[in-house]
Amino acid sequence: MATQTQDIQARDKREVKSDAEQTIPGRVFSPNVDIFEDDQALTIVADMPGVPSENVAIDLRNDVLSLSGVPSVSVPEKEEYVLQEYDTGKYFRQFTLSEVIDQEHIEAKLNNGVLRVTLPKVGPAKPRKIEITEG
Amino acid sequence: MIIRRLENWPFDGFSGGVSEVERLRRDLGRLLNGRTGGNGWDFPAGVFPLMNVSQDSENVYVRAEIPGMLLDQLDVSVTGRSLTVTGERAIPDEHSNVRYHRKEREAGKIRRQLALPTDVDNERVQAKYQHGILMVVLPKSEKAKPKKIAISG
Repeated sequence: MATQTQDIQARDKREVKSDAEQTIPGRVFSPNVDIFEDDQALTIVADMPGVPSENVAIDLRNDVLSLSGVPSVSVPEKEEYVLQEYDTGKYFRQFTLSEVIDQEHIEAKLNNGVLRVTLPKVGPAKPRKIEITEG
Repeated sequence: MIIRRLENWPFDGFSGGVSEVERLRRDLGRLLNGRTGGNGWDFPAGVFPLMNVSQDSENVYVRAEIPGMLLDQLDVSVTGRSLTVTGERAIPDEHSNVRYHRKEREAGKIRRQLALPTDVDNERVQAKYQHGILMVVLPKSEKAKPKKIAISG
């Protein structure tokens, strides 16, 4: 059976629901991501259309990786909307990492609205066995 | 009555440019029209890529979020009062020994046709692709531009 390329389905962006309020008003969306790993690294690829590289922030602390991006393109006020099918806003998503990451060598690339973060692993994570003593 | 109730609904902390009512209307429109597209102006077509269309007195602006495209994978054409965007979004395979944990990004064909709100000057249409956003600027044709009429007293 020949594989046929499917049409991409239109989907609304997923809005981030957070207990903490934003200090800057505006909507926050969760970018679509691909996450994969091999022996060397964990890679996260995120779609953030409209975001220039200077507006991307990547932060890793306490095993939590945060990706955020602010789009630069805004619609000038003199323009009036005729049709609005998608909303624009900030992108934000967090991941808890289970691997130990070599923080010095994290690499990030942004290309046409696609952010690719490569997180190299530090050796194999050894499971630590905890001895339990009775008494 | 329902509209009034929804307007006062305490949704959440964020309030963007579009009201919740507007979004509800959009979702409803998509539901009613199905995802086949090609409909009129009131409701979105529900076909990728979703488009925002705006205008001022000189131009019509069409914006679409299509991240991760190469320029030669994207085609934009204008025929009469219809704008067509076609292409294919490819997500290159990673090398074979990777394990995927999530795969949310979609690859596939892009086919979208949009009816323009006014006549445009097809010769002067410009398209730009930057940061994953396609922006098409369509200058309005002379007869579609608003004309100021002098009032004599």
